[in-house]
Amino acid sequence: MSVTIAGRELGSALFLGTGGLPSLALLDPVLVAARPGLVTVSVRRTSAAQEGGLLDVLRRTGVPLLPNTAGCTSAREAVLTARLAREALETTWVKLEVIGDEASLMPDALELVDAAETLVRDGFVVLPYTTDDPVLARRLEDVGCAAVMPLGSPIGSGLGVLNPHAIEAVVAAVSVPVVLDAGVGTASDAALAMELGCSAVLAATAITRADDPVTMARALRLGVEAGAAARAGGRIPRRTTARASSPTTGRIG
Amino acid sequence: MTIVLNGADAPGAASVADLLERHLGVREPHGVAVAVGGEVVPRSGWPYRSLPEGSVVEIVTAVQGG
Repeated sequence: MSVTIAGRELGSALFLGTGGLPSLALLDPVLVAARPGLVTVSVRRTSAAQEGGLLDVLRRTGVPLLPNTAGCTSAREAVLTARLAREALETTWVKLEVIGDEASLMPDALELVDAAETLVRDGFVVLPYTTDDPVLARRLEDVGCAAVMPLGSPIGSGLGVLNPHAIEAVVAAVSVPVVLDAGVGTASDAALAMELGCSAVLAATAITRADDPVTMARALRLGVEAGAAARAGGRIPRRTTARASSPTTGRIG
Repeated sequence: MTIVLNGADAPGAASVADLLERHLGVREPHGVAVAVGGEVVPRSGWPYRSLPEGSVVEIVTAVQGG
């Protein structure tokens, strides 16, 4: 199950966030189990106690990197972070996050659109983390974003897709791929997102903070595949009454 | 001479490359980016970019996240 964003075919519709893994040693087996199409990393100040090796592991696997601007609270900060990421990681792709509220970690819509517009003009492939608002999603598409990444529920909450109708509305509102980002707690959440028409799912905490991240990575991959297949298969309409699946004629008696 | 390196006062350096060598032990570390005064200094400019008194320097790298 692949997905194409900005003309580039990614090998899997499951994207992996690396934040929260208890040990870097787990990254390799998690990558093997998840087989993600993209892997996110954050950009932070270097320190003497830096844990090395993250980029070495990621580069060895050849999986495309998606640096994020996590923690940024203004367009100015996010744009500089994206530019630093481009320089450090040699990629023009960025997962754009501009957080408006530290408690809810909801995006700041105005700063987000502003930063997206600047980065698109600057040649970036911008994948913005956004709310499940179809109007904002369309604004982001209008300024040239290559995909939109609505949240299913708050970052790290594991509450799944709280408003499936809103996600469907986002899918209907834009022509760029929709990537469900944030809120995924388990495989069925990922499957639901794909059933609703999302083109990919990004999961971080659901995998990295699971009891067994490697097994959960596999579960999420299968969830995404199952959901995509179900979407393609076309679910039956919901009915409020029963409808026999066995023949109603030829019964004995 | 002092500069502000990653949010803290630090001794100055003749160039970005000199600062990287002191800070990370390498003049051209991989997976690293540098901004001076809020503008990215491309890798090719590291040996030439001087750091005047009070320069605000950010040196960043990739960490687990997202």
